Amino acid sequence: MVLEMARPRPIWQIMFSTHHTDVGLLYLITSLAFMFMGGALALSIRAELFFPGAQIITDAMTFNRIFTVHGTTLIFLFILPFASAVGNYFVPIMVRYKDMAYPKLNAIAFWMIPPAGALIWLGFADFTWYATPPYSVISAPGPAADMWIFGLKILGVSSILGSINFIVTILKCKHPDMPISKVPLLAWSFLSSSLIVLVALPTFAAALLMLLTDRLGVSGFFNPAVGGDPIAYAHLFWFTFHPEVYVLVIPAIGMMYEIIPRFSRKPIFSVTSGIIAFILLSIVSFASWAHHMYATGLSFTEKTVFMVGTLAAVPASAMHVFNFLATMWGGRIKFSTPMLWAIGGIALFFSAGAGGVVNSAMPLDFVTHDSYWVVGHFHLFVMGTILFGSVGYLYYMFPYVTGRMYNRKLGNIHFVLSFVGTVMVFFTQHVLGLFGMPRRVYDYPPIPEWIAMNQIATVGAMIIGVSMALFLINMLYSAARGKEADMNDPWNLGAKYYYPYERKNPQH
Amino acid sequence: MVSGHSNMPEWVYIGVVVALLCWVGAEAWNIERLVEHIPEDAKLIKVTGQQWFWTFEHEDGTKEIGELHVEAGKAYKFEITSKDVIHSFNIHDYVVLLDAVPGRVNTVWFAPTEAGEHDIQCREYCGLIHYNMRGTLYVSEAGA
Repeated sequence: MVLEMARPRPIWQIMFSTHHTDVGLLYLITSLAFMFMGGALALSIRAELFFPGAQIITDAMTFNRIFTVHGTTLIFLFILPFASAVGNYFVPIMVRYKDMAYPKLNAIAFWMIPPAGALIWLGFADFTWYATPPYSVISAPGPAADMWIFGLKILGVSSILGSINFIVTILKCKHPDMPISKVPLLAWSFLSSSLIVLVALPTFAAALLMLLTDRLGVSGFFNPAVGGDPIAYAHLFWFTFHPEVYVLVIPAIGMMYEIIPRFSRKPIFSVTSGIIAFILLSIVSFASWAHHMYATGLSFTEKTVFMVGTLAAVPASAMHVFNFLATMWGGRIKFSTPMLWAIGGIALFFSAGAGGVVNSAMPLDFVTHDSYWVVGHFHLFVMGTILFGSVGYLYYMFPYVTGRMYNRKLGNIHFVLSFVGTVMVFFTQHVLGLFGMPRRVYDYPPIPEWIAMNQIATVGAMIIGVSMALFLINMLYSAARGKEADMNDPWNLGAKYYYPYERKNPQH
Repeated sequence: MVSGHSNMPEWVYIGVVVALLCWVGAEAWNIERLVEHIPEDAKLIKVTGQQWFWTFEHEDGTKEIGELHVEAGKAYKFEITSKDVIHSFNIHDYVVLLDAVPGRVNTVWFAPTEAGEHDIQCREYCGLIHYNMRGTLYVSEAGA
């Protein structure tokens, strides 16, 4: 127990430690801090859009900066570091090794995140998380744009270092008696997402450098005024970031694979099916990047190829959903807080996937592209699936990290409010998109349907805001003063906590 | 591996999912093929996006800014480009959507059916006043 209150340690001992649970704790606290910061930006966006006209944000540039930093923060500074936190805590334990393979590299990968976060937040760029050229080259104000580019560059290196560490830990440091097929699915999820990072990320790393030199005026890769092609950037960007979507979602699915069998008190329906689905997803994720680009003027053949590639990812995701449901089927399910989050996550994962099939069908994409439909669609993944899986897992690992129990009632209220809020915001935004409202707009004409749906979404967002405030109070209070957890069986499941992955590492 | 249960339901389920996807893909392919076929008598309108307004040039050389006048019952072909950054030309009511990319010309067509007014907007983030890069499509009665 890292934060064990009985034996408090000075903060610098944790900060300068290279032990995997200490680095995990640093990742955890950093990612949650950024989650609250990014979430606050989301609330200000929703408040602004409650009525047409200026509400709380006085100018369009500030609004554009807010949604840019909101997206960048929650993807790169919350979701990715949170997954690393869980991986750091549990991957070494699951493969029965004393630490990560390269402890110092692990600490370095973490310590690249705070400076990158500082660059992104102090710069506050305005060119969206996608940094579209030629806007980002000729029009976006510096130094914010350049600080964003450097921030992302640092985060990219951090991701690559972290991925190498996970791959080596799982493949090379696992206990010799443990065949790869017996490695738990959560560790498998880190193996597959890390492999995707290694293959996908270098492309964006190159594109970022090209973008920077374009901005400096020494090259013109993406600037049509000097013969470059902005669509080339779109290809490079999405070649990295479509697979990256799976990098974000796969660890969350892995976390659900830990929670669901535990609280269904039944083994996973098919571990083999889970492994196959992870492998399939990591391969197919590379076959669909240009489905983000139908509207850039791709040829009919290109669109067809990428539609098929996109649809090919659906069966693998569907295998996971089947596996979850089949695991719960006939189990003695205990609806504790982590299980509620996991079940909510499955429902929203299914909805997000169904909406994705609509986007990938070529003619329908021209209805939904760059509208609020897309905003609703990907938020059902990042919020509905990834955040739900992650928060569920956070409740699940809470006794392990703190030795104490969270307040169960508050945890359940947090779930109910978040679920209702998520449905209100993002299902409504799907419909709003069908009514034609473009995304990334500071203001909109007073069309009655648009106003009504924006207001429903804003109320939903405020409900999520309240639930997250309860969450923060619960975490802080319970970590310090919560009831001591029964470490053998905190949820009275009648089975040992973390069995069969006993902690083999010596107390730090 | 002895799993103690049959995997048959999973295979049936995967089969159903794959069949559904094949149907969606085939339908989408077929419809897109029909939608992309530009009629030969379509009149040309050149669309240029720039920060933050739309310019339209008709076949006869007349230009309009922020407004586009067309006739119901005729087919029109848009050749879309941009002078500065990427925009996205969108008449949502007629599902006309294509990016205006500097250095490229993208083509899309439509045939308005009834007289009326429709919103034209920019669907791709293009900077400060992206939210107000709007215009109006006026469709007049056929033969008017």
